[in-house]
Amino acid sequence: MNDIVISGGSILTADGIESLDIGITGTKVTEIGENLEGARVVDARGSWVGPSFVDIHTHLREPGYEWKETIATGTEAAAAGGYGAVVAMPNTDPVTDNAQIAMFVAHKGAQAGFTDVFPAGAITMGRAGEKMSHIDEMWDAGVRVFTDDGDSVDDAAVLRLAMDYIANLGGVISQHAVDADLSRHGFMHEGPVSSLLGMAGIPAEAEEIVIARDIALVRLTGVRYHVQHIASARGVELIAQAKAQGLAVTAEATPHHLMFDDTFVATMDPDYKMMPPLRSPADREALREGLRSGVIDVVGTDHAPHAPREQEVPFEHAPNGVTGLEWAASVANEVIGDDQKRFFAAMSQIPAEIASIPDHGLALEVGADANIVVFDPTLEWTATRTRSMSRNAPYLGSTLRGKVLATMLRGDVTYSDDS
Amino acid sequence: MKHLLTTEDLDRETLEELLTDADEFYEVLHRPIPKVPALRGKTVATMFFEPSTRTKMSFDKAAKALSADTMAFSASTSSLSKGESLKDTALTVRAMGVDLMVVRHGATGAPWRLAEWLDIPIVNAGDGAHQHPTQALLDCLTIKQRFGSLDGLRIAIVGDIKHSRVARSDIFAMATLGAEVILVGPPTLLPLDADDWPVKMTTDLDSVLGSVDVVYLLRVQLERGGGSVFPSLPEYTARYGMTNERFARLKDDAIVMHPGPMNRGVEIAHEVADDHRALILQQVTNGVAARMAVLFHLLGGESNE
Amino acid sequence: MRQVMTQDDLVRVTRRIAHEILERNQGLDGVILLGIPTRGKPFADRLAAELSSIEDRPVRAGSLDIGLYRDDLDLRPRTRLGPTIIPDDIDAKTVVLIDDVLFTGRTIRAALDALTDIGRPAAVQLAVVVDRGHRQLPIRADFVGKNIPTSQQERVSVHFSEIDENDGVWIGEADSA
Repeated sequence: MNDIVISGGSILTADGIESLDIGITGTKVTEIGENLEGARVVDARGSWVGPSFVDIHTHLREPGYEWKETIATGTEAAAAGGYGAVVAMPNTDPVTDNAQIAMFVAHKGAQAGFTDVFPAGAITMGRAGEKMSHIDEMWDAGVRVFTDDGDSVDDAAVLRLAMDYIANLGGVISQHAVDADLSRHGFMHEGPVSSLLGMAGIPAEAEEIVIARDIALVRLTGVRYHVQHIASARGVELIAQAKAQGLAVTAEATPHHLMFDDTFVATMDPDYKMMPPLRSPADREALREGLRSGVIDVVGTDHAPHAPREQEVPFEHAPNGVTGLEWAASVANEVIGDDQKRFFAAMSQIPAEIASIPDHGLALEVGADANIVVFDPTLEWTATRTRSMSRNAPYLGSTLRGKVLATMLRGDVTYSDDS
Repeated sequence: MKHLLTTEDLDRETLEELLTDADEFYEVLHRPIPKVPALRGKTVATMFFEPSTRTKMSFDKAAKALSADTMAFSASTSSLSKGESLKDTALTVRAMGVDLMVVRHGATGAPWRLAEWLDIPIVNAGDGAHQHPTQALLDCLTIKQRFGSLDGLRIAIVGDIKHSRVARSDIFAMATLGAEVILVGPPTLLPLDADDWPVKMTTDLDSVLGSVDVVYLLRVQLERGGGSVFPSLPEYTARYGMTNERFARLKDDAIVMHPGPMNRGVEIAHEVADDHRALILQQVTNGVAARMAVLFHLLGGESNE
Repeated sequence: MRQVMTQDDLVRVTRRIAHEILERNQGLDGVILLGIPTRGKPFADRLAAELSSIEDRPVRAGSLDIGLYRDDLDLRPRTRLGPTIIPDDIDAKTVVLIDDVLFTGRTIRAALDALTDIGRPAAVQLAVVVDRGHRQLPIRADFVGKNIPTSQQERVSVHFSEIDENDGVWIGEADSA
């Protein structure tokens, strides 16, 4: 008899999608078949069952910003959102530019026990964009994703050297693709809404020029390159062209860029303020189409908690970013529609591949680690609470379609829907 | 009407009601005792997070002329870093027993946030480059006094429209009242993506000069001028300034307006500023009357209409 | 709604009050007529026309809006402000305030306050079409068209064809709210 049986669901196996039960004992998947028996049964009728999600872009804020979030609270929110692994961004204080901080972050994640935490390492020391960080020692400590997120690496010479180095190791460079000079004085998308509000804007070209320049360097160095939080239609076109040319370029879109556009900023609510900004309805449509077609490979949450007191200010003074771990799957589901394979590819499989995360994102098979999520794609629910310490989320109070019912990390149920 | 934050959502009826009432308050201000007891017992707080003397004094006078009590809060932009205490400051002032807050802030949307946090009427006295609705009211009042109505009038707004909250407020109020609004300025100072705005745009002032009824001059923001958004101040004056020569080419009954403070010799010639057809001081007087109308509408009990 | 005064009644009342004003003030020297908008104004204009006819010289009535002097702004709806047009300096003159209905007296109290802010009249008199009783302040009218006892719940409507569809005075139930 299995410890746990997930029964009646539509499961994603190596052979495709099948209506079968899954049995878990200890930390592993032990059985796949019909009418399985288990000490505990999870009812998955009407739901999809697949590898738990992997977020390639999360801000856990620890060390240094524990008033916004801690590794424990952030990963608890992640588990509630169906995640089994997250890549933690290095814009902590101190910056994750050496092995010690990386190991601290991974260890804290393991201690909390909600998800696996894979720290990303900064590309440059202190994220200052000048000299390379301790890339080798971080690599030995298990770091595979390198990013100066929060900032782009502006200096093409510095970036090129880092690309050469990381390409040789086999890592991936994840770029916050927004030009510093064009975005420094702006607060929202430059367009009809910003013109009406008289607010300084950031044109979509601020992303386009970074992506175009970086693709040329990718061609030169052969590194694997990932564009974070892509927000413009032109950016999507550039990614498509690069892929067509056989370059190892991937891209993510965030739930908020997929859901909202610059018209929401007219509410003056800082829950719509982030970098890159929410762009036009046409840009949003291009992102949605890109996610469906696969030009945009994955959903990355860019979960960016900020404390309530930091949000109770005029729009221009608020920090950039919103949370999203608990709602990303619902948004992906609404955009992708009824395509279980594409859904798990975008939420679990491809993020794990890009970030070189073992034992996550894999199709379910006997003998694999039981990192599983049960997701009901038709259930409508209203987001009323969050497990994050912060509440800067535009989804609170909204009705969403599709909900995580249970999340499991190596056989341990880290989240169970109590309704 | 709970707050006055923007002219974009003021319909024609409300605008006309405010202007008609402003006319009555103009009469009050010219009585031997220029004061009425309508808002006795109410307290109006002016919260200015950006420096201003004229607008603050105008609101202060308006409140006092209605017999309201006033409280003033001013903060130099250096002492309040990043607006972190905006909510706390507002709640503290509210707790002192304030019935209405007039707010000017350098950040767009600050009055909207205050309207979210507080339960009292908020009047926007200027937020970023976004809106300054009472300025639009006094401008429309001035034009109405001169022409009887704004219907069919051609109004040119000249200068740095892109960064002007006065322009944005004026555009929507004037268009709603039936005027044809023409924006004139250097290409770097006209608004982008403004295809939906109820305006025409041109970079050639001389082409519209002879056919407009009102020339509304905006202040050249000297901190921007010269080399960054247009080549130099003299070049700006040559193309967009209301020089004596341009003034002579206006229609006989056309008027010149300016929200103040003026840069004499830059956007407006010295002699033009003092001409009887330049209504700048009239605008200031109307400012008190218009603001009295606003305060009365927001605090003077529920309307029965 | 029942009608208590007809169009002819209004004409007679206007004529009688015009004569009473003349008699009381021994002519119109130093007398200023001010109607209280909304319906005090057409009545004032009619009185002025009648006086013009009797005296064979032009007589004009001004208006005095009291919307800014009410003491009950928090209790009753704010109405649109009407025009205040004072045709002459009121210092040392006799001001005749003119309104349609005298009820609690609060409107007249507000008018007296407004007059004080405008000048210092030697005397103030009051002319109304209808006195319906229920005074809350020590105020009385000098010239009354008709005394009509009413209950608090009733509503008295004086109509002038200059601004209404007809002429006359009606009594009905008060609207709720």
